[in-house]
Amino acid sequence: MIEILRAGIQTTVQDLGRCGHRHLGIAQSGALDAPAMQLANRLVGNAATLAGLEITRSAVEIRFHRPTIFALCGADFFASLDGVMISPAWRNRCAAGQVLKIPEPISDASTMRTYLAVDGGIAVPEFLGSRATDLQGKFGGFEGRALKKGDRLPLGLANHGEQHARRFGTLQPLWTSEIRVLPGPEYAQFSTVACDKFWNQPWTVSSVSNRMGYRLRGPVLARETGGDLRSHAVLPGVIQVPPNGQPIVLLADAQTTGGYPRIGVVIAADLWKAAQAPPDTQLRFRQIDLAGARLASAKWAQARAIFEQSAYGKSYAEK
Amino acid sequence: MEMKFYLMGEYAACMRSEAPLDFSCQQRIWAMATQLKQRADLVDVVPGMNNLAAIFDPQRVGGDELILTMKRLWNASRSAKFPSRKINISVNYGGDGGPDLGLVAEHAGLSPDEVIAAHSAAEYVVYFMGFQPGFAYLGGLSERLITPRRAEPRLSVPAGSVGIGGDQTGIYPSTGPGGWQLIGRTALRLFDPTKAEPILLRAGDVIRFVPATSR
Repeated sequence: MIEILRAGIQTTVQDLGRCGHRHLGIAQSGALDAPAMQLANRLVGNAATLAGLEITRSAVEIRFHRPTIFALCGADFFASLDGVMISPAWRNRCAAGQVLKIPEPISDASTMRTYLAVDGGIAVPEFLGSRATDLQGKFGGFEGRALKKGDRLPLGLANHGEQHARRFGTLQPLWTSEIRVLPGPEYAQFSTVACDKFWNQPWTVSSVSNRMGYRLRGPVLARETGGDLRSHAVLPGVIQVPPNGQPIVLLADAQTTGGYPRIGVVIAADLWKAAQAPPDTQLRFRQIDLAGARLASAKWAQARAIFEQSAYGKSYAEK
Repeated sequence: MEMKFYLMGEYAACMRSEAPLDFSCQQRIWAMATQLKQRADLVDVVPGMNNLAAIFDPQRVGGDELILTMKRLWNASRSAKFPSRKINISVNYGGDGGPDLGLVAEHAGLSPDEVIAAHSAAEYVVYFMGFQPGFAYLGGLSERLITPRRAEPRLSVPAGSVGIGGDQTGIYPSTGPGGWQLIGRTALRLFDPTKAEPILLRAGDVIRFVPATSR
């Protein structure tokens, strides 16, 4: 069991999200920076799909009530375990009673989220095949809500592997403000001037952004044709442009369908960057084609394979 | 029926009708969704309003290949009749629950009471579920009531809000952001995660809105 001593602004139980229920309006949910959640799980020897905590930039304290192995991946929040600094993307051992402490944010410029994986995973009940918290629908995760002080979360069975206990760390990809985007289904309905602005102007992350999506501020993007669209499927990564001309990047908790024109789609390999961007930072969109997007995904897969080889001496097969 | 096929991002193959909103087109989309759901290489099949998206696993199928299959399936598809239930939903129109009733009336050149009469006179069909858990997109809105979405979506729309978005109408099951024009509110729960069947409505259901006696 782990106990929340200080919950921070938004700490939720997340995994890689639920799928297969979009036709009922059930969102995907899951870690906004899915690669970081995956890496944290794999560092402690968990299946990549187990649940951990998504911790949003703020002071958080968590007590471990059993000796275990844990890892933090994603943003570097200068965490410590009973006063000893913890490096991100390292496997750590702790004794029962030890306290993991994330201090007040040191910099406004730091990325937004870190992911805690614990040996055995957070063992809250599954809802529709996932343990992810859906904050809008108020289900999944721990009581369908963000964690509060005093919450006690059960852990799953520990892995007990020799390999899993060896001290081990890895490098994480560096966050940059450049996000690669495929033109979306309604891209051609925007004026050439609008498209030019979309690719060449910086986009400021608005402070009203949340797990459903990031609202961006910048030049107004005018749409030339098309009229009001009928509602259609949207996915995390889709960039919608409402009539005010200010784009919204949809994230894991996004609605399953929408009606605003889709000017672009963030490639899978870069979606974590959008989700990690702090408010008021400027993002830039770079156009890429499908072949480029596939290459970027292949590079991710390669990096994961190298990690698995060095951590466990073999490749990792999901499921 | 003119259908356009396209890819959205790296793992969604989509199709949409270019013709005016049509119920028989939607019935064919239901039939096609049922067929596509049996494929193991698809993660999700999401019908929309006279459109459909198939979310695929790019490790198992290519997008272009899937589009070709979808074209073949569409050409061979026929309308599927869904078991249909009739459901009456009581709505408090206007007031705090329907802040945009005046705007919809103005846009239509009608009085608020005429909007209420027109909205509650029609029979609506659930074309598909989406957006939020339990949100039903309804077809059958009177042409006079067609109103564009808001220029900027509201950050928080209360649960039970009845809205109009373009030529569609529907009810928000839970509180969350939304861009539709809100004309009323219902107390009916469309989504309850504690129930064995958390979602109340289904594609094919026939809905009537009944104005509640004034509060």
